[in-house]
Parts: sequence; C-alpha cells; structure tokens
Amino acid sequence: MHLSSNRSLLLQGLRDGIPICLGYFAVGFTLGIAAKNAGLSAFQAGLASFLCNASAGEYAGFQVIAENAGYITMAIMILVANARYLLMSCALTQKLGPEVGLLPRLLIGFDVTDEIFGVCIAAPGKLKPWYAYGVILCALPGWSLGTALGVLVGNWLPARLVSALSVGLFGMFLAVIIPPARKDKVIAGLVVISMGLSYLCTKLPFFRNISSGTTVIILTVVISVAAALLFPIKDQENTEGGAEV
Amino acid sequence: MTGNAYIYIAIMAGVSYLIRVLPLTLIRKEITNRFVRSFLYYVPYVTLAVMTFPAILNATNSVWSGLLALIVGIALAWWGKSLLTVAVFCCLSVFLAEFLV
Repeated sequence: MHLSSNRSLLLQGLRDGIPICLGYFAVGFTLGIAAKNAGLSAFQAGLASFLCNASAGEYAGFQVIAENAGYITMAIMILVANARYLLMSCALTQKLGPEVGLLPRLLIGFDVTDEIFGVCIAAPGKLKPWYAYGVILCALPGWSLGTALGVLVGNWLPARLVSALSVGLFGMFLAVIIPPARKDKVIAGLVVISMGLSYLCTKLPFFRNISSGTTVIILTVVISVAAALLFPIKDQENTEGGAEV
Repeated sequence: MTGNAYIYIAIMAGVSYLIRVLPLTLIRKEITNRFVRSFLYYVPYVTLAVMTFPAILNATNSVWSGLLALIVGIALAWWGKSLLTVAVFCCLSVFLAEFLV
C-alpha cells in the first residue's frame, strides 16, 4: 500500500485540524457550561461530546436533559438539530471514490461536522480517508476535552480569550468558501445571497423564532435547489472541482 | 434530571451517528442525475455561508470585532491563505480589536 502517502495525508489532516481543534476547545468550553446546568458530570459531558460531535445538536440534547423530557423527544430533537449532517454526508459520499470500503465510511461518518466537512470538501480531488482521519484525530480531543473542562472550571477562561477563539471556526469557513467564490461567479453570488437571507432570517418576524439549526436546513435546501435548477453544473464539473486549500 | 444520563447520551450518540453514516454507507455509487449532483455541489458553499453570517457577529463580545474578523477572513481567503492562517488572523484581529478599544 501507499504507506508514505497515507502518512503524509494523515499529517496534512492533522495540520488542517489544528484551527478546528482550537475553535472546538473554545466552543466545547461554553457547551460544557450548558452540560453542567443540565446536571451532567465532566465525564458525562466529555463522553457526550466524544460520541456526538455536534454543537447545536448537543446543546439541544442538554436542554432536553435539563427539562427532564422523554427519550423520544430527545431522539426527535437530535434528528432536527443535526439534519444538516444528512445533507453533508450525501455530499461527502460523492467526494469519496466508489472504491472506498465500508470501514473508512463507518469511521468518517463518526465525525461529520460543519468544520470537518468544510476542510474535507475543500481538499483537492477525491477525499482520501487518511486525510479525514488526521483532521478527526486532531479535532475530536479538542471538542471532548473542551466540553469536560467547561463543566470543571466553568467561567475561568477570560471572556476576551473565548471571544477571540470563537471566530476561528468562522475563519475556516471563509477559507473554504471564498477561494472558489473568487473563481466561480455562481458560487460568489450564492455566498452573498446565502449570507443575506441568513441575516434576514434573524430579523424578520416569524423567521427569527425558528432555531438557527432549522434555518440552516431550510435555507440550504431552498437556495441549493434554486441554484441547481438555474445553474446546473456541466458534466466534467463534479464535486472534484471543490475548493483548493 | 430524572432520566438516566447515560441513556440520554446513548440516544444522542446513536441518532447523531445514524444521520451521518447512512448516506455515507448506502450511497456508494457516483450519482449521475445532473440535478442531484448540482444540488450537492452547491450545498457546502450555501451551508457554510449561512452558518457564518450573521453568526460571526454574535460570536464575539462586540459586533464590531466580529465584523472585523469577517473582513480580515474574507480578505485573507481571497488572497488564497491557508485554513490555519485565515483562522489565526481572524482570532488575532478580534483579540487586538477588543484589547485596544
């Protein structure tokens, strides 16, 4: 096998995982405070983060626990809060070659998050499982430990530091969407429209009462369907033409 | 909390995993339908754009430092800087802005 190339892919993934790890640590920290309020121990919160890997989803889950709601409610809540990962996995499976076996798919499926999806879809060419493993290995501990520490030390981290760290994730999102937007006018237009409608949804009556996770799902489906109808991609242009990092 | 925390966590983990792993394992062949492929091609850009704005403005202590991070991030990404560089400079710009103001 291509041991050396797998190794360099793993290292590349670990490197790209650093900003995710830092951002996750900061966000996980604040999530830990929500877990603490729900009555979870540091170990339970860390375990939940290790197994779920979802900021909005876990936050919703901790609310369910805090409200003593039933197990069915929990399942529906997680389904709605995490529904966008279903779309992301549909896109990601196209980025993996058909030759990629079951085990890599089961492993990558463990940690499809906004950020990890972002860097994986941005990797040039087909997604190599070892690259994804590197990103996951780097990011997952940051997320899990951040949540556990959030329960333990609560508000100890200076607010200024939390504030600065929390934009790291958005910086990464921008690094994924802006370069292809520069090359492709359709993507550039979509980015502007997406941001504009997203902003409107936080301001307009009715829409601003919808949870942010649901807004993401609705806008993603509506805008992407419109774009696919108006600007269908050409045959040679598939998901391989994703962003270059 | 009256329910069992570990059962709650198991449900959270199970549902989260199924949502992600089912498309990855069940859709193995490359999709040929042009509409579906176009849709999936645009999904990541739309999702990430929707999630970035206006959330970035509310992530920081002040709307203005968030806006600064947005501008710095777009500029550096436009010039093709790496993920890590863009992320670090976004954080630095917020830290400096909130330190100086």
